[in-house]
Amino acid sequence: MAVASKLIENNFRMNRLPHIWCPGCGHGIIMRGIAEAIEKLGYDKQKVCIISGIGCSSRAPGYMDFNTLHTTHGRALAFATGVKLANPDLKVIVISGDGDATAIGGNHLIHAARRNIDITTIIFNNNIYGMTGGQYSPTTPHGELGTTAPYGNVDNVFDICRLAEGAGATYVARGTVYHAKQLEKNIENALENKGFSIVEGISICPTYYGRKNRKGDAAEMMMNLKDTTLDKKVAAKLPPEKVEGKLIIGEFVNKTHPEFCEEYHKVVDKFMKED
Amino acid sequence: MVSKNVKLMQGNEACVEGALAAGMKFFAGYPITPSTEIAELSAQKLPRVGGKFIQMEDEIAGMAATIGGALAGLKSMTATSGPGFSLKQENIGYAMLTEIPCVIVDVQRGGPSTGLPTAPSQSDVMQAKWGTHGDHPVIALTPSSIRETYDLTIQAFNFAEKYRTPVFLMLDEIIGHMREKIEIPDPSDIEIFDRVTPEENEKGSYKAYDNSLEVPKMAAFGEGFRFHVTGLMHDEFGFPKNDTKVTEVLMSRIMGKIDNNLDDIILYDEYYTEDMDLLILSYGGTARSVLSAVREAQRAGKKVGVFKAKTLWPFPEKRVKELSKTVNKIIVAEMNLGQYFYEVDRVAGKNCEVSLLGKANGEPITPTEVLNKIEEVL
Repeated sequence: MAVASKLIENNFRMNRLPHIWCPGCGHGIIMRGIAEAIEKLGYDKQKVCIISGIGCSSRAPGYMDFNTLHTTHGRALAFATGVKLANPDLKVIVISGDGDATAIGGNHLIHAARRNIDITTIIFNNNIYGMTGGQYSPTTPHGELGTTAPYGNVDNVFDICRLAEGAGATYVARGTVYHAKQLEKNIENALENKGFSIVEGISICPTYYGRKNRKGDAAEMMMNLKDTTLDKKVAAKLPPEKVEGKLIIGEFVNKTHPEFCEEYHKVVDKFMKED
Repeated sequence: MVSKNVKLMQGNEACVEGALAAGMKFFAGYPITPSTEIAELSAQKLPRVGGKFIQMEDEIAGMAATIGGALAGLKSMTATSGPGFSLKQENIGYAMLTEIPCVIVDVQRGGPSTGLPTAPSQSDVMQAKWGTHGDHPVIALTPSSIRETYDLTIQAFNFAEKYRTPVFLMLDEIIGHMREKIEIPDPSDIEIFDRVTPEENEKGSYKAYDNSLEVPKMAAFGEGFRFHVTGLMHDEFGFPKNDTKVTEVLMSRIMGKIDNNLDDIILYDEYYTEDMDLLILSYGGTARSVLSAVREAQRAGKKVGVFKAKTLWPFPEKRVKELSKTVNKIIVAEMNLGQYFYEVDRVAGKNCEVSLLGKANGEPITPTEVLNKIEEVL
């Protein structure tokens, strides 16, 4: 076995690797980005808690050497809310997929955002249910194919970032696995935000989404991410016709607002004194 | 002179007081009749003792956050009623397999579906046993008075902590909303069990699911043990294993930790069972009507005994079997159309005739109805 980098040795459970993801899957890039950000910020790993739901992305915590919790489908944020409120000293990170976070877990997503509880959510968005073999998700584009959309998807997509912003998240960003360093920076900023943060990481699924929709191999899908996205700051300077149809990446929200656990603790402090 | 510790209290209130006495520090839930007072009182009282309350966005989230609170080290509880109990089932199964101590209160109302929100029933008895998928260990307690609600809530926390498992406290709307005199015991007279936690020197080698122990030690997140928890079948370190042998060992241990401790877990009361022709088996609010009727029958010279289950699950099989050999007939009285009845009939049916006094129209079973049934059967 090749010598692992210090980053992997320091942050991963070496005896749990290799991971179960398919060749060409983009998820490892986001998982690495999370580890890079944690290491850069110097968090005490005993105090970092990584929580996931069900699906391909949700297997990530099992590989990561922190306090890790692999929960039920869609419910990671609800479990995480319990963990964070019970012990606000923990740095709580949620890893979720597009189906896990926005379909079965959609209610928990908007309410965690509304509360502005200090949890960083990283959504690994590969536009498909991968673990069950390629069914369309709330982020599968209209018209695209899935095993449950054999004649093209008639649904419309969620814009996860706008959804999160509307629901009250205080940090919202979108990146892609092609723009790995930028994504890592987004994750770092999300972790440093005191409140509910979301980073939508656009990933690739060559095995199901790619193959079904003739998107080419992993390398071609990566190049496609480069060609179909535009940075928010760049887009702002371009005429509308050059922006149309492009997926905008970058930071959309980064603001301060009272955080849920801190607000609750004010109540505890006030009423514990009273008795 | 009335002692300071005597109070007039509602069942739902006694449940919260018992939970606080047991050390509850975390409650996550969702409003639902007839359990809502449990959430309201927890919201009011928990911050005053440095605890946390959160009203979640739905019943599923209430269960999930309760498990999260327990994993972060706090004694945690949620409360619900039938529809919410149904919604919570997947995460309840998660807590059973991952061995997370917590208490789930179900104040039973008339069902199915939205049913009779403000009326009593005991129709979630089988749901408590089989509501979540897969084989799983179950402890379910049910009180029939306000003091018993207080005591069994403490007991529910103690069992949860001792056996590292979720425990059901099955109230019915009669007990949940009834007000009755209660003498609150002195804290020094209450026995409290706290989960066994790993030692400092186990850091690095800690097995969250150590199969050499009947009940593995439980660390909290953030204490330096960095373990993994998953709802997949898992090895002793908590990592997923798709392996028949690992599954067998794990399943056998989590079933065994309950099955091997029945004498500790099974609680019941008996009345007039030394010399009887007929036994009435009942529990919860219904047991009050049964006792009232049986006292009257006794005064009329009828030899009728009562077995009042306080632990619904595991089923008090050994004792019910013994008693079934001493009588000709058993009546099972319950506010449903026959749930516990089937379990009693399974165990006692070979030894005597088992019949049902069941009712599921939203009204309690009255002492008169019990007396009429006694007349009919004797």
